[in-house]
Amino acid sequence: MRSDSLFDEMYEPDGSPRAAYADFARWFEAEDPKRLRAKAREAEDAFRLTGITFNVYGDPDAGERLIPFDIVPRIIAAREWAKLSKGIEQRVRALNAFLHDIYHRQEIVRAGVLPYQMIARNEAFLPQMVGVDPPGDIYTHIVGIDLVRTGPEQFYVLEDNARTPSGVSYMLENRETMLAMFPELFTDNRVQRVSNYPRNLHASLSACAPPACDGVPTVAVLTPGIHNSAYYEHSFLADQMSAELVEGHDLRVVDGRVAMRTTRGYQPIDVLYRRVDDDYLDPLTFNPDSMLGVPGIFDIYRAGGITIANAPGTGVSDDKAIYSYMPEIVRFYTGENALLENVPTWRCSDPDALAHVLANLEDLVVKEVHGSGGYGMLIGPAASKKDLKAFRAKLEAKSGNYIAQPTLSLSTVPIFANKGLAPRHVDLRPFVLVSPNGIDITPGGLTRVALKKGSLVVNSSQGGGTKDTWVLEEE
Amino acid sequence: MLGKTAGGLYWMFRYMERTENLARLVETGERIALTRGDGTDSEWKSILSTAGVRSAYMEHHDEITGDAVIDWLLRSPDNPSSVMSCVEAARMNARTVRTALTREVWEAVNECWMVLCDTLARKVPTRDLPQVLSTIRARSAFVRGALHGTMLRDEMYDFARLGTFIERADATARLLDVKYFVLLPSIAGVGSRLDNAQWEMILRAVSAEGPFRQVHGNTRGAREIAQFLILDGRMPRSLAFCYTKIGDNLEYLLRDHGIRKPCHDLSDEICDRLREMSIEDIFEEGLHQFLQDFLKRNAALGHQIEQDFRFYR
Repeated sequence: MRSDSLFDEMYEPDGSPRAAYADFARWFEAEDPKRLRAKAREAEDAFRLTGITFNVYGDPDAGERLIPFDIVPRIIAAREWAKLSKGIEQRVRALNAFLHDIYHRQEIVRAGVLPYQMIARNEAFLPQMVGVDPPGDIYTHIVGIDLVRTGPEQFYVLEDNARTPSGVSYMLENRETMLAMFPELFTDNRVQRVSNYPRNLHASLSACAPPACDGVPTVAVLTPGIHNSAYYEHSFLADQMSAELVEGHDLRVVDGRVAMRTTRGYQPIDVLYRRVDDDYLDPLTFNPDSMLGVPGIFDIYRAGGITIANAPGTGVSDDKAIYSYMPEIVRFYTGENALLENVPTWRCSDPDALAHVLANLEDLVVKEVHGSGGYGMLIGPAASKKDLKAFRAKLEAKSGNYIAQPTLSLSTVPIFANKGLAPRHVDLRPFVLVSPNGIDITPGGLTRVALKKGSLVVNSSQGGGTKDTWVLEEE
Repeated sequence: MLGKTAGGLYWMFRYMERTENLARLVETGERIALTRGDGTDSEWKSILSTAGVRSAYMEHHDEITGDAVIDWLLRSPDNPSSVMSCVEAARMNARTVRTALTREVWEAVNECWMVLCDTLARKVPTRDLPQVLSTIRARSAFVRGALHGTMLRDEMYDFARLGTFIERADATARLLDVKYFVLLPSIAGVGSRLDNAQWEMILRAVSAEGPFRQVHGNTRGAREIAQFLILDGRMPRSLAFCYTKIGDNLEYLLRDHGIRKPCHDLSDEICDRLREMSIEDIFEEGLHQFLQDFLKRNAALGHQIEQDFRFYR
């Protein structure tokens, strides 16, 4: 990666702040760093008290950890956001149309745009969903689109998250924390609100009530339990929506409905916002060993007795191999060119692409098609000879498992480090709600930041932190 | 509301109550050890019995010493009823029922846990013990304060209160039962030095020295103490007080749900006994027998509430 091409979102190359950051920069320069440091510690205490912690998988002794929060906001101008949100909306529409098609007539395969084996060999494709019509024809009620930036006008989609995207509670709590710590910043800057998200989520879910629902829909959030790394978020969202937070053992099928055990007996649920993977949803239909799901829920779903959000089987639209087809997918369903660009991607299942990837391994990022959380990936420029050799072997053995992309010069935003501001790489996950009433994109999203100098890995499980993300109001 | 949530609230507040009762017991034991040269080992023995952990303690120790008992009661991870274990369990339950708690209640219990993790990370030196015990009591009082000040008075509140009072009634009855022999009027030589020490322990362990003095002046007698802690409805740790509250909370649930359940009958029976019996009746029945019967009924009511409101099934 060439450092001269780095794009810093806060500062121009000449060191003057960009327009969106002008007010913030002025405020920051006038502040006493000691006070800011004390505030940063205060923020950490507040997060701990609120219990916004996560568990690291495979490390039972680690206890509960905090995701580090950086007090410098990531600021996006109204004009930039308007452009981004158009692109996001187009992409989310295409994802839903694609899912409907894949589980119905598969026109995109018939038209020769997508090879049949991309579906047939896809682990996330659920044959049980073929011909099922989810209420409102919505598959992905909640989507997270991961974006990176490389220049003033250059944004790329890094990944679509169409299964159970997480992180929205950080978006909300980061804003609450900034409001509490630096209220004066919000009188100088007109920042678009994010706090409507839980209400909008509830409205979106309610709008997808199943045919069996009579009256006001009952919404519940299904969590794998308190040991799940995102448990805080599950309880936070349930709390904010005034919905019940249920686990598999609270639920059972009663009179053709999925019902929860209350102090007054079993009561039916209309919409289940599940934060449990497809595989664990129903031991009768999917993984028979699952203790997290509800036996029989899939039959009830097919019969219109409950809405499951997101719909089972949405993973077929967001793995990294399908990702490489997104430009074609957007064009096929919307008739338009994709407004948001994909990162150029080599599918290693293709022999020519594999040859190119093997020849240029030290310049590329290689990812598992079904991987997530930054695990199992290779960052060529940062890898040792040994790592490269090991990965070469993996690629040759199971080439279909991998895709490769060029290492992008991700944009930087400063963090408040020990010696003042220091640029660090960031990405952005905006959150999108889809319902028959339309698509709602919360202005901003979750900015993740690699806290280590030069690092490109922003995942919280690997030393990443978060920032409050501001979208400014129109001037 | 989910049955699981009702159960979580009930247990969260049982554990918070137990935490506070343990701090009082340790304080009492330490006070007696400091002020009376004789018979302190037997005091620690009865404190272990009162906390219901004596046999578990003996499985892990060869002898009863003040230091070891204090550590066992405050910090031991091998003791599921140590202060630290109870606070862990209370917080764990609070996390499962997070959506039923106000932010203030959650933060109070979470902070209680954070502070005690820190305070009880190492063995507590004797000179720090008073400070540590007062921290435990203050932290659990914050949780109760947040509950009173911020929670809606609906079924969630009822289950939190039921857990509190079932636990408290159990603790007071056990304390009295461990000491029942010193409360028997026929055996005790009134005002002997030994009795005074025993009575002091009983009153201290339920923070009742001051209130008892207000009601009975400086005359301490076995009959008065037993009457005060069993039947006096003004004393917030007496059996009668606990059962007035349990009766009220079950009554609210009855009105709310519109259905009378088996637990209502069980509770009414206990309430009636406490209302209709005089302290003379209790001594006549036999204090020990009365307390044993009470403990059994109290535990049975707890189980019945679990079933009637579907905590687990």
